[in-house]
Amino acid sequence: MTKKNPMSRALVRRETIAGYAFMVPSLIFFLGFVIYPMVQCVITSFFDSTMNRADIFVGLANYTELFQDEIFMGALKNTFIIVIVSVPVTCVFSLWVSSVIYDLKGPICSAFRCIFYLPVVTGSVAVTVVWKWMFNNYYGIFNYVGTSTGLLKQNINWLGDERFALGCIILILLTTSVGQPIVLYVSALNNVDQSLVEAAEVDGATKMQCFWKIKWPQIMPTTLYILVITTINSFQCFALIQLLTSGGPNHSTDTIMYYIYYNAFKLYRYGYGNAMGVILAIIIAVLSAVQFKMAKTD
Amino acid sequence: MNNNTKFNRSSAYKIISVAAITIIAIAFAFPLYWIITGSFKTSTAINATTPQWWPQEWVMDNYEKLFSRQVAPLWELHIPFTGISLSGPEMPAALRWLVNTVFMAVASMVLTCFTSAMAGYALAKKRFVGRAVVFSLIVCAMALPKQVILIPLLREMSSLELYNTIWAVIFPIVGWPFGVFLMKQFAEGIPGEMMEAARIDGAGEWKTFYTIALPLIKPGIGALAIFTFINSWNDYFMQLIMLSSTDTLTISLGIAKLQAENATDFGLIMAGASLAAIPIIIVFLVFQKYFTKGITMGAVKG
Amino acid sequence: MKYRKILAMALSCVMAFSLAACGNSGGGKNADKKEDTQKEDGNTQAEGEEPSDEGEAPAASGDSTDITLWTYPIGNWGDSATVDGLIASFNKAHPDINVTVEYLDYTNGDDQINTAIEGGKAPDLVMEGPERLVANWGAKGLMVDLSDLWTDEAKGAIYESVQNACKNNDGVFYEYPLCMTAHTMAINRDIFEKADALQYLDEEKGTWTTENFQKAVEAVVASGQAQVAAVYCGGQGGDQGTRALVNNLYGGTFTNPEHTEYTAGSDENLKALELLKGTEGITFDASIQGGDEINLFCNGTLAMAFCWNVSQEKNNAENLSFDVLPMAYPTESGDPQLCGGIWGFGIFDNGDAAKIEAAKTFIDFMANDEAQVVESVKASSYWPVKDLGNIYEDDALMTEYSKFIPFMGDYYQVVGGWAEARTAWWNMLQKIGTGTDVKEAVDEFVSTANAAAAGAAAQ
Repeated sequence: MTKKNPMSRALVRRETIAGYAFMVPSLIFFLGFVIYPMVQCVITSFFDSTMNRADIFVGLANYTELFQDEIFMGALKNTFIIVIVSVPVTCVFSLWVSSVIYDLKGPICSAFRCIFYLPVVTGSVAVTVVWKWMFNNYYGIFNYVGTSTGLLKQNINWLGDERFALGCIILILLTTSVGQPIVLYVSALNNVDQSLVEAAEVDGATKMQCFWKIKWPQIMPTTLYILVITTINSFQCFALIQLLTSGGPNHSTDTIMYYIYYNAFKLYRYGYGNAMGVILAIIIAVLSAVQFKMAKTD
Repeated sequence: MNNNTKFNRSSAYKIISVAAITIIAIAFAFPLYWIITGSFKTSTAINATTPQWWPQEWVMDNYEKLFSRQVAPLWELHIPFTGISLSGPEMPAALRWLVNTVFMAVASMVLTCFTSAMAGYALAKKRFVGRAVVFSLIVCAMALPKQVILIPLLREMSSLELYNTIWAVIFPIVGWPFGVFLMKQFAEGIPGEMMEAARIDGAGEWKTFYTIALPLIKPGIGALAIFTFINSWNDYFMQLIMLSSTDTLTISLGIAKLQAENATDFGLIMAGASLAAIPIIIVFLVFQKYFTKGITMGAVKG
Repeated sequence: MKYRKILAMALSCVMAFSLAACGNSGGGKNADKKEDTQKEDGNTQAEGEEPSDEGEAPAASGDSTDITLWTYPIGNWGDSATVDGLIASFNKAHPDINVTVEYLDYTNGDDQINTAIEGGKAPDLVMEGPERLVANWGAKGLMVDLSDLWTDEAKGAIYESVQNACKNNDGVFYEYPLCMTAHTMAINRDIFEKADALQYLDEEKGTWTTENFQKAVEAVVASGQAQVAAVYCGGQGGDQGTRALVNNLYGGTFTNPEHTEYTAGSDENLKALELLKGTEGITFDASIQGGDEINLFCNGTLAMAFCWNVSQEKNNAENLSFDVLPMAYPTESGDPQLCGGIWGFGIFDNGDAAKIEAAKTFIDFMANDEAQVVESVKASSYWPVKDLGNIYEDDALMTEYSKFIPFMGDYYQVVGGWAEARTAWWNMLQKIGTGTDVKEAVDEFVSTANAAAAGAAAQ
């Protein structure tokens, strides 16, 4: 950065041409399939747009309606519940698992790592198929085990009950998202400078102290990365909801992502759906800018 | 004495934790176990009110049913501008879905790595006008869920006549800027002196890139490749929106459809799910070392 | 150097593929004859044999038309083996039309068609009922006017009630019907017998009163069957069953006779919903849809299915280990109004006159060709929409179910804003199931549905 001041104009021009030449392939896709649709999304959000009819300009009507739409507000809330619950739980759980398994014997450690990574590679649709069956009200395994061991007095309609449905979704989301953080933490913990740890132990530091004072700061960058990818993943949670609950019961598992889809293809309200997209995009852009700033200063 | 109890306590903690993690790990492996064993069970065993933990009778019925459903050409290749297209032998549609998925994941991977490596390098090493703007756009768009742009994207694909082709799924994946961001982090580590030296030797921009930069960011490309492959393999949303006919479906979409059409036939659904899960699990187990390395690489630099 | 080569190769490969897809995304179905090694396999179309293909020179392919048919699971019209047979006989008569079939399901089928419409690749032909073809896509101006298929002869032959359902309020026909049925409910006769509950119903006629229905449920619960029935509301699949149940219990209606306004909020319907909500043994289940309910009924978990018709019994024959007794929905008056199903074809206007013409030829063949129509109807395992004589003479099951046809009620599903209203319906049931006051939930449904109807009328 500091070298930049004496750059001549010719050099700037050369750098610019070369820079864009290298950027072009990527920019084509990025601008064409992310930014352009995003711009379109913003534009149509001011219209009453539906299938096979010219759009009608309605100004901010979509947005004002949004904030009076209880289902939208509920969906917004659910989206944040999913993110707020799943991100810390994923991080803490995977840190705990990794801290236990990282110094086990090689094959055992990698066997554990492998198992926790399996749901990630299996794919959410294949995993969903079996979870749907396990949660089934009438013949699901949870109810079977629960009632036969006496933990449950009667069958619980896991996915059909407002009180449990969102929790079930989060649980499944967790199983599909801890794989990567565990892999990351294991290798981060293995890379911790052992001489520092030994020195601390000689000084009489407890295991706990050792962990928080020495290891934790060193795995901080990994933690940040995990935070970022888990946040992205949790926001994008769609397949689970579409395949398991379709947003129900009574919209208790609607997320913004599903509600946009629902508005578009069940209610044919494209403009309204786009307005939701815009709001969500703004929230996410702000969040990631903040996250990015935080990562930078650390 | 004191030391001894401490040691005991910490090893007790360890034993309990390992035991707990073993139980959790079993729970994690269970769905997969259930899918695979379930696909070999008879329909009475599957629908039994008391779960059959281990199939008493192994049958291939479910796979036979899966493969005797619709058929589709195994592959189709269109040669541009000539209108010539070649198609493979008729096979069960489920196999075609696998072919589609592999092609989609590999093409997304190759394209993403190629475009991101170049763009990441430019962002890290070229001081061009507008760089800051492009970079902040990328950061902001990184976490954007694709559902947000679903309707405009669908209309765009429609006007490009890409709807219901695998490209409608691939292009948005390639456009997703996470890869560029990741590659930028890697390219930052390229020492300026080496590039300077190459330039003094008279190397052009492109030559500097592929002789100096590319070898240095190769591990990063590996990480990105794995990341993109898994992500696109598991992506469901774009496929759901963009693909509609039997011979363009991917395996995830195929199973989802199977499930909707035959809510009653769990054996068939499990067979489909196994077909989707097993290839990628084999790939994962074989390349496990590279996977873990690749994933870790991404994090260290990201 | 090596690196670059690999990269360049990979890249050019990808680009070639991508250009290929861009340049030729539409009709990739016809394999080229030049590819001699693949000739045999390459020429085989996805949907069965096309004998005509063999002899034709490539130049002649300009004369053949490719059309796509998307069909919902209407009896065996959702089964590829059956449909392949039907298409094969169509191709005997019309070798120049290639039909590619896609099979939809009731869970995601609508979404799939809607995305395809937005994606610019709507199917040419679609097989479903007036609630979709006329009230939804027809009203949105996406369908082709089928007046020229509705000749005077056709109008004379097809039952009037069916005819009325197939056209919009301005008299434009968007559907050409093939078959119809009356949706009923069904009970597990074995369980009822064990519970001594058969005394509450008229097995001969297939009817019962609301009061007896309550008594029967009570008896079945008392016999140890905790789950008698489920008011499924996980989605719109099979929603005609829940609507008909609610309407029949106390004689309510779903819309006014003119099909302009939803009347689901009437006292009769409220009373019916209160009854269902308060009955022990009946749960509102938001985790299942109609198809799941059928499954639960067939495996004996539930003693009653609200989503039933003859094709369910046919399709599940091998899984059924008990006697199924089809029943009309319980009523106070003893005069049930069953919800009808009418299925037929519609054509999406994709702007290609040749395809539209070919699609009409297909409809005409399937629904009017004297030798074919019986087969087409039988494939659905429902009844014809015009008098074809008794096509199910030796079929005991069909004969048993045909007693419900006279109970067929008003086909109200053509009211405006239907797609939105039916979405609101299952959402309403979910609300009631989760404890919302019945009146409040129903009022909200009625206002949403009526707003959708008004919106559709204004368009």
